[in-house]
Amino acid sequence: MPAIGPVEAARIPTPVVRHRLDGERVLRGALLTGFALFLWLFVGYPLLQVLWRSLLDNEGQFIGVANYVRYVRTPAIAASITNSLWVSTAAMVLTVTLAFVYAYALTRTRMPWRGFFRVVAMLPIFAPSLVHGIAFVYVFGNNGILTRQTGLNVGIYGAKGIIFAETFYCFPHALLILVAALSAADARLYDAAAALGASRLRTFLTVTLPGVKYGLMSACFVVFTLVITDFGIPKVIGGKMSVMATEIYNQVIGQQNFTMGATVSVVLLIPAAIAFAVDRLVQRRQYSLVTSAAQPLAPGRSRLARALLFVYCATIAAAIVGVYGVIGVTSLVARWPYSFAFTLKHYRFDTIGGYTPLLNSLEVAALTAVAGTVLAFVGAYLVEKCRTIASGPLYVASILPVAIPGMVLGLAYIFTFNAPGSPLNRLYGTLALLVLSNLVHYFTVPFLTATTSLRQMDAEFESVGASMGVPFWKTFWRVTVPIALPSIVGIGMYFFLNAMVTLSAAVFLVAPGTELAAVAVLLMDDAGDTAQAAAMSVLIIGSGLLVRLGFWWLLRGITRRTQAWTATPSEG
Amino acid sequence: MTAHRSPAVALERIAKKFGHVVALRDASLAVAEGEFVCFLGPSGCGKTTLLRIIAGLERQNVGVVRMAGRDVSHLPPSERNYGIVFQSYALFPNLTVARNIAYGLEARRKSRHEIDGRVAELLDLVHLRAHTQRYPAQLSGGEQQRVALARALAPSPALLLLDEPLSALDARVRLALRQEIKALQRRLGITTIMVTHDQEESLTMADRIVVMNHGVIEQIGTPVDIYTEPRSRFVAGFVGHMNFLSVVADARPGWSRLGALALRHRAAPPVPAGTPVTLGIRPEEIIVGSGARDAENRIVGRVAGLQFLGAFTRLRLDLGDSAPPLECDLAMGALAEVGAKEGVELPLALRADALRVFRDPTPPAASDA
Repeated sequence: MPAIGPVEAARIPTPVVRHRLDGERVLRGALLTGFALFLWLFVGYPLLQVLWRSLLDNEGQFIGVANYVRYVRTPAIAASITNSLWVSTAAMVLTVTLAFVYAYALTRTRMPWRGFFRVVAMLPIFAPSLVHGIAFVYVFGNNGILTRQTGLNVGIYGAKGIIFAETFYCFPHALLILVAALSAADARLYDAAAALGASRLRTFLTVTLPGVKYGLMSACFVVFTLVITDFGIPKVIGGKMSVMATEIYNQVIGQQNFTMGATVSVVLLIPAAIAFAVDRLVQRRQYSLVTSAAQPLAPGRSRLARALLFVYCATIAAAIVGVYGVIGVTSLVARWPYSFAFTLKHYRFDTIGGYTPLLNSLEVAALTAVAGTVLAFVGAYLVEKCRTIASGPLYVASILPVAIPGMVLGLAYIFTFNAPGSPLNRLYGTLALLVLSNLVHYFTVPFLTATTSLRQMDAEFESVGASMGVPFWKTFWRVTVPIALPSIVGIGMYFFLNAMVTLSAAVFLVAPGTELAAVAVLLMDDAGDTAQAAAMSVLIIGSGLLVRLGFWWLLRGITRRTQAWTATPSEG
Repeated sequence: MTAHRSPAVALERIAKKFGHVVALRDASLAVAEGEFVCFLGPSGCGKTTLLRIIAGLERQNVGVVRMAGRDVSHLPPSERNYGIVFQSYALFPNLTVARNIAYGLEARRKSRHEIDGRVAELLDLVHLRAHTQRYPAQLSGGEQQRVALARALAPSPALLLLDEPLSALDARVRLALRQEIKALQRRLGITTIMVTHDQEESLTMADRIVVMNHGVIEQIGTPVDIYTEPRSRFVAGFVGHMNFLSVVADARPGWSRLGALALRHRAAPPVPAGTPVTLGIRPEEIIVGSGARDAENRIVGRVAGLQFLGAFTRLRLDLGDSAPPLECDLAMGALAEVGAKEGVELPLALRADALRVFRDPTPPAASDA
């Protein structure tokens, strides 16, 4: 028989026999089109707007790269690049180092209180980034309690303050990744190292570190990206130090120089995009590292190491609790740090008109959670289960948003939804646009979670349904969604919590009547109403914790209900 | 096959490629109503692709699929009227056994009463009445397989497609289920196409076997046909064991030469003398010991190895320098009678009526173990 090769293939026509168009295919096509349209309108098109505007002057004339030339030639603005880079690098090294030891203590020892330490370390997730900056100001600032009590001013405004505050803010993100990496250890490697007579140090260098190499890299990229794109902390504690995120804000809000804002934005996209791309490559390798045959590692027994690590974890946990304690106390006393008389008056928010921002935030977060969960799950379903030529591009467009800094996204939405004469203008200044910006800003992680969950399902569910004449949407609703329910709940929680604390994109998009809680914290802190800013922070953190508790309760209910069908198969 | 009715499934010159890789070439086939057909071949031979094209889950580049005479090439899967069981079963884990089986019935707007009745009927059919309210994860592999079968049969489809339905099961369950599926198929008289890479499975279950290799249908025939009259060396080697001898055609028609030895073989279309051809004989067709004395095609083989396989023993016999060793199966009694031991030389005879001729120019690989 002759070999079958390209020649043989060329003789077969490329188009496949077409199936008749039926309702299902029309619906599938319509959904795919809708999803593609959403990604274009809220991701692709706005980004192109930023890119385009960076090539124009403020009168709308095309001037090529002149803005970029001015950017790097104006020392005051150009400094934001180097400032951003070194502050982010320093915060990255500090955070990952601290988190690595903390994660090591949690996963590789039998230290007491591990559960407590794990929970405390997650607290920063519930607060807007700027809250950590504000807490540092309350302690170390010109009017901070420490400065007042000791007369020692450490000069917290600037790089020092940014780096330390960012370390607190990014700590849980790095910790989650490192705990996962350190948990996936193969005891057989440690047995082999011990059998070959390797010292502890040698084992650590040749087994432990290589095993978490990719986790460490991933943590580094995540922290670096978080810091370089963060706006809140440098805004409240940066003092005169300008970083790229605050520079965009200054250009746009302070000087109404939109084209320079766009220029800085495009430059800010570069490090975020590189970090994102490298992280994707690294993550792909992580999976192959630990095989299913791996044996779980029994934690070590050294008592001295355990004691030292306990002290270490206790110190960090105390610092985190301290940050929240400072915020809480500030919100409850007459005038921090001068008068510690108990009062609830700061919770009246008289300068910003009461509870509207908090209610707005809750509404936006709830809508983001619902709409985002539907969009991310259905989007992932369409990309994963309806294989077409569009699947590849849609997948890329769906994971792209994670590389877009919030400030850039906010500015892009100004260009897109506040352009004179555009039908899209109606969205500007509405809560709906805030919801949409959150949807896009936080889309990637839920989309990937949903994709993973869908890939774990049997690929033939839809085929089985189709063979029995059951339309795909019915199988989606009766089988796919119930199986993925735990992931779906997790996605909703992720959207909600992030929407509660987000500041960067929102700061450009709020209008009178649509202020959000995190933006209110910024405004009140700017105006010197520090106690009210603290009170609002407490409410944000409180509602985040409550919702987290609610989700935990919901998830427990789901797990209990689905226990029967997730049981391990019986033998026989 | 009944002449006056259209075949249940007819494939006409199906071709399929994935990029530059040709998965199927020119595959044509007719399956009669009530027939049990197996697609048999090694992995990557295109058998699953062909099944999926019949199901409408994959779309062919060229060719027509007919069901009961109707061209269904352009119909989506939901309008083709078949039931399918996948290798993974694809049971819905969040639905009970009963709800899984009822899944296709509910889409047909039947009354609750009707559905319950049909589900009960199918549960009896696959002997799972006791497990109605269990979830798939609570069942054994074999039980899950039977649920998948019941689910596929519930809407009374005209055709049953089975994609390696037994390969995920352990050996003992697999044997039992072979019988059960076959009996069920007989009882219901449902046209069935099963994909498998297990030749024993296809021999025991199928009415007809479609042997495939490299995207091409090599042979279609009954199990006995395929086993006794393999049309190509591939089929001979893939279904059962076959010894291959590289020989050259002799001037006398019906004869060939293995070195100095002349061998008479089955009648075959004549080829010019000196053309290399391959002879094939199955291990159980070689005559060993005293029976070989007066037979034709006599040779001598030295026992190079014995492999005890339970009911019979497989001898490895060296023929000398040029030819590869022959494998020969002997039952327990015969083994003692000929006194086969390692190193012993035994008289052999290659029955002329068992020596098949394959016009395959390439030297044969060792017979498929």
